[in-house]
Amino acid sequence: MTITETPAPRSPSKLWRRTKTVLSVVLALAATFLGLLFVTFIIGRVVPIDPVLAIVGERASQAQIEAARTALGLDRPMWEQFYIYVVNVFQGDLGTSLLTRRPVLEDIMNVFPATLELATIATIFGVLTGIPAGVLAATRPGTWIDQIVRIIGLAGYSTPVFWLGLMGLLLFYGTLGWVGGGGRVGNEFVDILEFDIARVTGIVLIDSALAGEWAVFANALKHAILPSAVLGYYSMAYISRMTRSFMLNELSQEYITTARVKGMPEWRVIWVHALKNVMVPLITVIALSYANLLEGSVLTETVFSWPGLGMYITNALFSADMPAVLGGTVVVGLVFVAINMLSDVLYRLVDPRAK
Amino acid sequence: MKLDVRFGTAGLALAAALTLGASPAALMAATPADTLVIADKIDDIVSLDPAEAFEFSGVNIINNTYDSLIELDPNKPGELIPGLAESWDVSEDGLTFTFKMKEGITFASGNPVRAEDAAWSLQRVIKLNKTPAFVLAQFGFTPENVEEMIKADGDTVVITLAKPFAPSMFYNCLTAGLAGIVDKETVMANEVNGDMGNEWLKSNSAGTGAYVLRSFKPQDSYVLDRRDGYWRGDAKLKRVRVNHIPESATQRLQLEKGDIDIARGLSNTDVAGLEGKADVKVEEAPKGYIYYIAANQKNEILKKPEVMDALRWAVDYKGITDTVLKGQMMVQQGFLPAGYLGSLDETPYSLDVAKAKELLAAAGYPNGFEVTMTVRNDQLRMEMAQAIQNTLGQAGIKVTLKPGAGAEVLGDYRARNHELTLQSWGPDYPDPHTNASTFAWNPDNADEAKLTGVLAWRNAWDPGELTAAVDAAVVERDTETRKAMYEDMQRKFRDDSGFVPMFQEIAQTALRANVSGFHTGGTIDSATYWYTEKN
Repeated sequence: MTITETPAPRSPSKLWRRTKTVLSVVLALAATFLGLLFVTFIIGRVVPIDPVLAIVGERASQAQIEAARTALGLDRPMWEQFYIYVVNVFQGDLGTSLLTRRPVLEDIMNVFPATLELATIATIFGVLTGIPAGVLAATRPGTWIDQIVRIIGLAGYSTPVFWLGLMGLLLFYGTLGWVGGGGRVGNEFVDILEFDIARVTGIVLIDSALAGEWAVFANALKHAILPSAVLGYYSMAYISRMTRSFMLNELSQEYITTARVKGMPEWRVIWVHALKNVMVPLITVIALSYANLLEGSVLTETVFSWPGLGMYITNALFSADMPAVLGGTVVVGLVFVAINMLSDVLYRLVDPRAK
Repeated sequence: MKLDVRFGTAGLALAAALTLGASPAALMAATPADTLVIADKIDDIVSLDPAEAFEFSGVNIINNTYDSLIELDPNKPGELIPGLAESWDVSEDGLTFTFKMKEGITFASGNPVRAEDAAWSLQRVIKLNKTPAFVLAQFGFTPENVEEMIKADGDTVVITLAKPFAPSMFYNCLTAGLAGIVDKETVMANEVNGDMGNEWLKSNSAGTGAYVLRSFKPQDSYVLDRRDGYWRGDAKLKRVRVNHIPESATQRLQLEKGDIDIARGLSNTDVAGLEGKADVKVEEAPKGYIYYIAANQKNEILKKPEVMDALRWAVDYKGITDTVLKGQMMVQQGFLPAGYLGSLDETPYSLDVAKAKELLAAAGYPNGFEVTMTVRNDQLRMEMAQAIQNTLGQAGIKVTLKPGAGAEVLGDYRARNHELTLQSWGPDYPDPHTNASTFAWNPDNADEAKLTGVLAWRNAWDPGELTAAVDAAVVERDTETRKAMYEDMQRKFRDDSGFVPMFQEIAQTALRANVSGFHTGGTIDSATYWYTEKN
């Protein structure tokens, strides 16, 4: 993907080339989306769950069920249902959730900021801890520091997030009382958040700061810190391992030896020269892990009663609420594309060759 | 070395960030003194319109924001008390019911409550024809005739039924959430496209109840605010907040820390873990859910009466309630939950493997047989199913469990494709007919009849004379006779049907020790918040 902000092209051939690039990107995006929609749509139709049953309830008679099926358009041929759906999506209409009976787009606007908040803090946490840990391990391969980083990373990969979240709650909330326990703010602040603070972004930390409600802000931070640390642990595990291997590779390059021979301080060699080059592949790693978190982590959201996208899509799945599942998939797809594009832009900033 | 120093500072900054939240005030949280904070699972709410809400959580809200003409006494299960009607009467022929309205009651909007509002509210249920409408429609009301059959006349509401029913049946149905009286003027002011205010009432309230709905965030929380001048006397607490906390362990932690006042969704292990904690108490009340096994009567083996009897003797009722369910259920071998008119407290069946084996031999299966059992894959049901699988296995019945998502298992059941299935059933309204008409009533057992809403039909079981008995009991005007009819029906059902009723659910509510006066509503009613107080 090569969308760039460059000065106006000088020659028509260059303009044509640019247009072609943009067009191919748009086409690729559209194809990706259609594919995504199609696969999700088909999966939703082949699962042995009748979405009509989920909404009419146990008592419904066969006539009521048929009426609901017709009302939902589920009696039409599948290709026709798919066509109608795609046309609506491209007009910004993701349909109505069978479960909440509200527009899916509205539902997702409600839950997505919660996930965004968690994922962003988690990623910041993962980057701030994962990169130094990875660099540290790479510069001392085989030492006890390397081993510790590896063990912490491995533990991060293999510990069930559900367990980690519960243990974290038990210790930091139950025993120590350092953090909030579930939900986005404590019950002593939730009325202020709900009734007095204007919802601007849906991200509590930003909205409360905008309103100048610093007590709510502090409380929200206390509630966000543990779930984001749990999620951040996983992204830290991933980032530190990748940093270590990129870094090891980089440190064996000749220019590093040259820099050292020139008498450059070791910290400069590592943190400026090597790390700068490692940053290029690392950005992809970070973007991927961020995008993963933005899908919403079902288990973390459940343990911490965090009303985010993961919980929404899971609830929808269990109730065979296909408009909501498809809508959630579209949003997750969009997020992936957006983050990929963002990492492309960052690439260019870091790597002069990409210009 | 420089490297280490730099990492050291980063680490320090991180540690500082982590402890940022550790202000001393956080050590012991407390809920605001005038607010009741409840943790529950409320993602079942579809609508808060009384004419549409039919899920537990939604009806809980209706119960606190609306009143009906007559109501169930929250303190004496099953007894009728006046609601918005001060007195009521039924004509000699059992067709015409007259309700005299109380004077001086107002809606939260300040509008006076008129007979007009009451009649319109009931008509509205029939006209909107949402999920719960059948509870009233079964008395013969249709969108076409309802304005004739339910009428306001001065300060009375006059209701005429199409045919005589047991008066207790009609009264019981009028206590259900769907019969909540709404403020006609307010609701009609919010009408859109002739929806009689349905869209608006999904997330607003317009009733006479002790509380008004302040906010509702789907799958997250709702807030009720006390209204001044509630006719029963103002609610004790100014505000009720119910948070959606899906995870039991989280609820328990919050309760122990005092971040919530009541936890309504604790697992049996978490309830057990609260034992001995001085500032927390657990209250138990039966709930309406019945757990049962349905054995498809289209199946050549399962339709033999001896095989069904063998199943009845091969379930370890007591063992399961004691070890697997640990206080979350009690043994129930009738189709009516305790607390309903005509419910039985007899439990003649218990685990007797030898007897089950004899019965299987008599049926021609001395070596038992193989069978599958579908079950919804939640933890409690799976544990229950495994315990059943175990004892059935001892008797020679080799059960293969087929776990599935709720809708999947249900779909299979409705299509009559199951062999054995572990199921649960919750009553739809507080009258025995609700369960009798589904367990023991099936006028046409043919596949083509497609009576998918009727459990007996789903299970391909023909109740024979019981179908007529159910029809007779629902019109029996003497309540004592009616009660005896349901008792008799249940004994026959228990001993000779395609079902094995086993358990009735018990609600275990954990509360902070300073909370009192909270009612779950038991088997037949919903939660009431307005008597609840904190000391």
